[in-house]
Amino acid sequence: MSTASETNTTGDAPKLPVLKREKLILNGRSYHWITERICGVLENRQPFLWWLLFLPSALIAAIGVGGGLFHLVSTGVGVWGNTNRVMWGWPIVNFVFWIGIGHAGTLISAILFLTRQNWRTSINRAAEAMTIFAVMCAGIFPAFHVGRVWMAWFLAPIPNANGIWQNFKSPLLWDVFAVSTYFTISLIFWYLGMVPDLATIRDRCKPGLRKLLYGIFSLGWRGGNRQWSHYEMAYLLLAALSTPLVLSVHSVVSFDFATSVVPGWHTTIFPPYFVAGAIFGGFAMVLTIMIPARFIYGLQDLITMKHIDNMAKIILLTGTIVGYAYLMELFVAFYSGAKFEMEAFKYRITGPYSWAYFCMMFCNVIAPQIFWFKSMRENLWVVMGVSMLVNIGMWFERFVIIVTTLARMWLPGDWKYYNPSGQDQLLFVGTIGMFLTLFLLFLRFLPCINIAEVKWTLPESDPHHDDHEDHPDEGTAVEAAYQKELHSPAPATADT
Amino acid sequence: MSTTRKRVYGYLAEFKSASALYKAAEKVRDAGFRKWDCHSPYPIHGLDGAMGLKRSILPFFVFFGGCTGLATGFFLAYITQVRIYPTVVQAKPANIFTVPAFFPPMFELTILFSGFTVLFGLLALMKLPRLNHPLFASRQFHRTTDDAFFIAIEARDPKFSPDGTRSLLEEIGGSNIELIEEED
Repeated sequence: MSTASETNTTGDAPKLPVLKREKLILNGRSYHWITERICGVLENRQPFLWWLLFLPSALIAAIGVGGGLFHLVSTGVGVWGNTNRVMWGWPIVNFVFWIGIGHAGTLISAILFLTRQNWRTSINRAAEAMTIFAVMCAGIFPAFHVGRVWMAWFLAPIPNANGIWQNFKSPLLWDVFAVSTYFTISLIFWYLGMVPDLATIRDRCKPGLRKLLYGIFSLGWRGGNRQWSHYEMAYLLLAALSTPLVLSVHSVVSFDFATSVVPGWHTTIFPPYFVAGAIFGGFAMVLTIMIPARFIYGLQDLITMKHIDNMAKIILLTGTIVGYAYLMELFVAFYSGAKFEMEAFKYRITGPYSWAYFCMMFCNVIAPQIFWFKSMRENLWVVMGVSMLVNIGMWFERFVIIVTTLARMWLPGDWKYYNPSGQDQLLFVGTIGMFLTLFLLFLRFLPCINIAEVKWTLPESDPHHDDHEDHPDEGTAVEAAYQKELHSPAPATADT
Repeated sequence: MSTTRKRVYGYLAEFKSASALYKAAEKVRDAGFRKWDCHSPYPIHGLDGAMGLKRSILPFFVFFGGCTGLATGFFLAYITQVRIYPTVVQAKPANIFTVPAFFPPMFELTILFSGFTVLFGLLALMKLPRLNHPLFASRQFHRTTDDAFFIAIEARDPKFSPDGTRSLLEEIGGSNIELIEEED
């Protein structure tokens, strides 16, 4: 651990050794090992645990989403627990929850790419897949919440049979644009990122149907630098486009609430608060699905403890931001002197839904604070447990915002306790099954780690690697003059 | 039985590392070749300069794609909300001054159109999808997506000569040099 003490005092300008970077790929794995290991996940027979997870998930998806929606459409939205007052109950809670889950995927892909965080390469593929599947789950709820789902095309900006156009001043229409754009761009990003890896699988296949399909989807990729050059630019552009997009999507979702005049919703803090919450919940979901996948497929050298440590730190940061937002809401309600706003918050904390409020507070604000301790970030059981709690807590956050506000507006005659119906619960659990089913199918058929980008992070991938090898003293920097002044009395050397 | 005539596509040479590929690319560039390419399992940063390639022109197209999206978003909202079907909801007016309410769809369509321009512009610039290519007939080219580094020089290049190009590739450190043929 002696770093600063090893100053080179032989020359005129003293040199400080540069801190060594932690390795992103452990145990000096070769390119071929990486290809073998990642392609092995989908080429080998799936482990028993995969089937153990897949079959129940698929069953839950079939009953929950398939059966639940069949019952809903054939009977009517009355089967949901929504009432006159709580006209947005679980469906919108679940919509906002799933959309939020997707955000970490785009964040890891785009924002961490733009900021050159190379540790993202091991987790971005799975996180992007998570985004796609989460947005698919999310889309179900508003589509069926319109009541007559066969009229859902009314949402598209085309005139209906009466020549009536959509209201572009409505946040609900903004939502349609935001979510559909988000899904499309995420899909393009995910697919383009996968093309070189699909080519890797194509080149390993024996001739046959598999080779044909992977061949079609890899578009004839040859890995030529004339292709890579454009490809890298395209990836950069998509990252640059997705970064404002991901921030805008949850902001627009929050406008559904913030542009209303309803106490408890009409707050300007909503856009940043929703975005932070989405990143928070999304990272928790990445950890929830990647820690088991890493264990099942033996990917410990590619998804290292460093990756998990970084994600735990992001959860700690965003969890603290979310906690700040919760308290700031209360403060603004108090300080603004808005009577109804304050009443809405009093009702949240002390009313019949206080159990949900405190559940949210515990899961989202208190639980992540354990990540201040390094030993806790290194304990996978703790990380997994906190991630699960955050997933639950973020669901409750949306429940608290939506239900406690709608359950008691201005007419005392409407102050009935909101209960979701069995149908509500069935459909939500169904979407969890659908999400897991899609994710497990992704693990089975597509490369779950970005092969090309992971190879790129190896030290020998630098075209000047050989030159560095010839000059073994690389990694030292000349000490700036002002730094010498900082420790003018000779620094205490600890030569141990 | 018909006989298939073969035509020479070019030479394929393997290099042992990214560094070797980089140095060899500089030499092929300086030898004046135009129709050639470096193949690697991942993008090697700086290889564009070593090959003498220009920066990708893709952002140029994407700028206009984004502008088209912005204009589409504005006119879609303006024409439908102000001209064709002015909806007054919650006393929000229907005129040009409501344009801030149209910003979210305008923004989203800018991103959407830009994204599509990236996708289709990229495919056009890469000349993909293309399901077959003479290089796929090579006995070793499949390793390019695994762990091998190749330089392919095409016979179309005016500098190409069967012996000269081969000896150049040997000189700059290429191994497993293979003559690639395609069916005419």
